[in-house]
Amino acid sequence: MEYLLIIIAAIFANNIVLMQFLGICPFIGVSSKVETSIGMTGAVTFVMVIATIVTYLLQHYVLNTFEIGFMQTITFILVIASLVQLVEIILKKVSPALYQALGIFLPLITTNCAVLGVAILAVQKDYNLIQSVVYAIANAIGFGIALISFAGLREHMDMVNIPKGMKGVPIAFVVAGLLALAFMGFSGIA
Amino acid sequence: MNNFTKGFFKDNPVFVLFLGLCPMLGVTTTAFNGLGMGLATTFVLVMSNLVVSIVKSQIPDKVRIPSFIVIIASFVTMVELLMQAYLPALFDQLGLFIPLIVVNCLVLGRSEAFASKNGVWSSIVDGTGMGLGFAFALTVLGGVREIFGSGAIFGYKFIEGDGMLVFVLAPGAFIALGYLIVMINKINDKTA
Repeated sequence: MEYLLIIIAAIFANNIVLMQFLGICPFIGVSSKVETSIGMTGAVTFVMVIATIVTYLLQHYVLNTFEIGFMQTITFILVIASLVQLVEIILKKVSPALYQALGIFLPLITTNCAVLGVAILAVQKDYNLIQSVVYAIANAIGFGIALISFAGLREHMDMVNIPKGMKGVPIAFVVAGLLALAFMGFSGIA
Repeated sequence: MNNFTKGFFKDNPVFVLFLGLCPMLGVTTTAFNGLGMGLATTFVLVMSNLVVSIVKSQIPDKVRIPSFIVIIASFVTMVELLMQAYLPALFDQLGLFIPLIVVNCLVLGRSEAFASKNGVWSSIVDGTGMGLGFAFALTVLGGVREIFGSGAIFGYKFIEGDGMLVFVLAPGAFIALGYLIVMINKINDKTA
């Protein structure tokens, strides 16, 4: 039950993109096609879950033990940056097919604030390890739902006649606003 | 001079280059929060530009990006601690977005695109201009949302009643930013 609450809250009520504004850059940047947004979601899920586990262990066994909590930001970002590199190298060796699919998205993830955001939020919420993992997976799914449905909307938008000044990014923002409005309907359930 | 003014309209980091969108949308519920976030980012941007332009010849090309990130993260930690000590109310409002300055593409982008190729002085000017342009964008969006959402500006209430709540909530941020971009595009088209 407790895990179900975390999952539903993270996917719908507090959707990471539309409600908490994390990961907006890829949300606007790679959402022009459904196919690429699926690839991006895969890569983000992968890194987000691993990063949350590693940062959880670091926070509890290194930062808290030595009482150097102020080093949190700098440690976490370094961990995520090197993790992304590591994942890239391992994937290349172990699963070239998956590497082909996720390859170009991996370097972009270092500066995806959703990954760092989820790692910090999981620590702030005092989750234990399993709760943190569940939280990370749920947030990744939430990111995926927002990104893929938005990409679907944008594919349709290419076919309609939009006023000249609104073309491209401005109309994307307005559509994202309407999508966020739809997600606000979920805010009662958590 | 051109390095300084380009950040406001022609190369505005948010409205034109679409960098740093997360804090742009996340913290701009009021004009004051937007301004606070903008100035915090400006500080980080100027200091990291300064340090990067000084040490650029010492850093091997391969580890360039990680080194920049460490420099930026150090300044972000400084801002975090200073703000917690002297502006605790603002710190609570901005919350998660202060540590997230470190992944603001604008800061890393300027280190990589400008400070690593230019001298100390012009890097400082570039950082200040871009930072203030970012702060300007955040304050404008924060102001618009505050006026429509609660009928106030910088906390000074000039319209009675509650205002349109949607502008304070998440959807209003996206929609207001969309229309602001249209307006900035219009202004830039005229001056170009």
